[in-house]
Amino acid sequence: MAPTSARKTSAQKIVARAAGRETVEPGELVTCRVDLVMLHDSGGPRRVAPILERLGARVWDPSRVVLVSDHYVPAVDPESARILDLTRRWGRAQGVARHYDMLGICHVVLAEHGHVRPGLFVVGGDSHTPTAGAFGAFAMGVGASEMAAVLATGEIWLEVPETLRILLLGRPGPGVVAKDVVLALCRRIGLGGAGYRSIEYAGDGLAGFGMEERMTLSNMAAELGGITGLVPPDGRTLAWLERAGVTLDRAELERWRSDPEAPVAETVRLELDRLAPQVAAPHSPASAAPIDEVEPVPIDQAYIGACTGAKLGDLRMAASVLRGRKVAAGTRLLVAPASARVWREAAADGTLAALTEAGAIMLPSGCGACAGYGAGVLAEGEVCIASTARNFKGRMGAPSSRVFLASPLTVAASAVAGRIADPRPFLAEGKLEGPIAAEVDLVG
Amino acid sequence: MSAELEGRAFLVGDDVDTDMLAPGAYMKGPVEELARHCLEALDPDFARRVQPGDILLAGRNFGTGSSREQAAQALSTLGIRAVVARSFAGIFYRNALNLGLLAVVCPDWDGIAPLDRVRLDPRAGRLVHLASGRSFTCRPIPPHLLEMVESGGIVPWLEQRLAAGRAEGGR
Repeated sequence: MAPTSARKTSAQKIVARAAGRETVEPGELVTCRVDLVMLHDSGGPRRVAPILERLGARVWDPSRVVLVSDHYVPAVDPESARILDLTRRWGRAQGVARHYDMLGICHVVLAEHGHVRPGLFVVGGDSHTPTAGAFGAFAMGVGASEMAAVLATGEIWLEVPETLRILLLGRPGPGVVAKDVVLALCRRIGLGGAGYRSIEYAGDGLAGFGMEERMTLSNMAAELGGITGLVPPDGRTLAWLERAGVTLDRAELERWRSDPEAPVAETVRLELDRLAPQVAAPHSPASAAPIDEVEPVPIDQAYIGACTGAKLGDLRMAASVLRGRKVAAGTRLLVAPASARVWREAAADGTLAALTEAGAIMLPSGCGACAGYGAGVLAEGEVCIASTARNFKGRMGAPSSRVFLASPLTVAASAVAGRIADPRPFLAEGKLEGPIAAEVDLVG
Repeated sequence: MSAELEGRAFLVGDDVDTDMLAPGAYMKGPVEELARHCLEALDPDFARRVQPGDILLAGRNFGTGSSREQAAQALSTLGIRAVVARSFAGIFYRNALNLGLLAVVCPDWDGIAPLDRVRLDPRAGRLVHLASGRSFTCRPIPPHLLEMVESGGIVPWLEQRLAAGRAEGGR
C-alpha cells in the first residue's frame, strides 16, 4: 500500500467527514453517519418494515429519507398493488414527507429534485445508487437488511475504499456518447473489475459531458464493480443544482474534489477520440465491442428505458435518429421515459412527437422491462437491443431471450434498420441536433 | 454456529449474477417460491440438486448486479451454508454476511471437483479439500463481522445491541 499522503481523494474526504474524522486511509474500518437514504418500493418498505418492527425501531430521521415507487408501477396485479399501497402507508406512518410515487426512476428523481449534491454520503436500496456520484456524492447501494439497520441507526460501517481513477481523454467523435464510453470501460476492466473500489472519473474528456451523460457514467460504476462512481463537481454541476433549487458556492465544489495528485490505487486511461459506438453482446456488459465488429443481428425489440438510458438527453438522442424515419416492419420500439419530468420536457420540445411518429410505443416511467418487472418483457428466443445497463441471461424475460446493450443512438438506429445498426450514417452531417448539443455538448 | 463447517462442494462459474440467483419474475412473491427458481437460468435443476449443508464454490465476481438481498436469501433458503468465491461483487458480499450467510474470498480452489467434500474455517481463512488433504488460503472474515454472522446476521445482532442499550439506559 502507498504511504500516507496529505493529498486526499474525493472518496476519502467525504468518508472522513461522514465518519467524523480528520482523515481516513484506504482499508480502515469506519462507521459513517448517513446524510441521505433512498429506498424504493421493491427493496424498501415491504422488506424493511418487518425488520424495523422486530427491532422496535423507527426511522431515525425522516427528513433524511427519500422514498420512490418505481419498480412495481403502475400496479399490474393485486400483489404489485399491495406492495405500492404498503409503500405509501409506511411512508406516511414514518413521517417520510418526500415520497415520489410513480413520478420516475429513483436515481433520476433524486437528481431532478436536487437531493444529491457534492460531498454528501448517500446510501440507497438499489445497486445503481452510484448514479448520484455524477453530482459528487459518495453514494453506495445496499440490501434491505442493511437498509433497515441504517434506518434504525443512521449509521453504516465501511472499509474505506481505494480509488480507481478513470481518465477520459480527448473528445468523442459523432455518434459516440457516454454509454459507449462506459461499455468500452466494461470491456476494458471487466464486469466487477473495479473490485469494490471507489471509481473516480477524471480527465479533460469529462468537461464535454453534460450532467445526464455523467449520470450514465456513474450509473454503470455498478457494472464496473465500483462501490461508487464519482465525477468531480464543476460549473455544470452548479448549473444543474441551481435549476433544482439548490444554491452552492464554488468553494463547496472545490472542497470535495480530489486534491491534485492525490494517490490512487490504479489509473485507467481511455482515449475518447478513438472510440466507436459500442454494443455489448449477451449476456454481459463486459462483452462490449466496437459496432463494426458486431454482426448485424435482426432484432425483435428495441428498448429505450431505465435509469441508465431514458433521461431527456437519451430520448433526444433517439429522436435525432428517428426524426423523419420509421421503425422497421417486424420490429417494435418501446420507450419508457425515466421520469414524469422527462415526459413533460420531451413533450414540450417535440421529442415525444418524433418518437411516436416514427412508431415508438410509449410505456409508463419505471424500472419496467429492464429488470423483467414490468411491461415489455421478452419471449423465448427473442432478441432485444436496449439502452439499459444489464443484459444478464433471462433478466428481461425468458431465459433464452438475448439482449444487446448500446447507446440510445444505436438502439434507435437499430429500430429503424430492424437489425443492429451503426447510428453514425443516421446522424445529419454526423452531428447531433441542437437540444442534445446544449446539454450533452458532444459536438464542437 | 461452530467455527468450522464441512459439506459437499457445489461448483458454479464466474459472474453468477443476481438475476440468476433471484429472478425478477419471482421477486414479488415469497422467498421460498423465489428460491425454487434460484440459478435456473444456469441449471434448471439447481434448486432440486443442492442439499442442505452444501457449500457453494464459485468463480470471480459472484453476486454481480442488483442490491436485492433475496439473492443471498435464496441460497440460505435452499440450505447452503457458505459461499466460497474467487471474488465477490461488493453488495452481495455485504448482503450475505448481513443475512448470516458466510461469504469467503478464496482466490484459488483449483482441483476441487463437483460434490467433493470440503471443510471451511472462516476464522482462520482456510478451505480444505478432504479427499486430497490439500489446503487453500482464504481471506479471513474480520472478527467483528464474524460475530455478526454468527449471531444470525445484522438484524439479530442489532436486536441484541439495541436491547443491551435499552437495558443500560434503564439502569
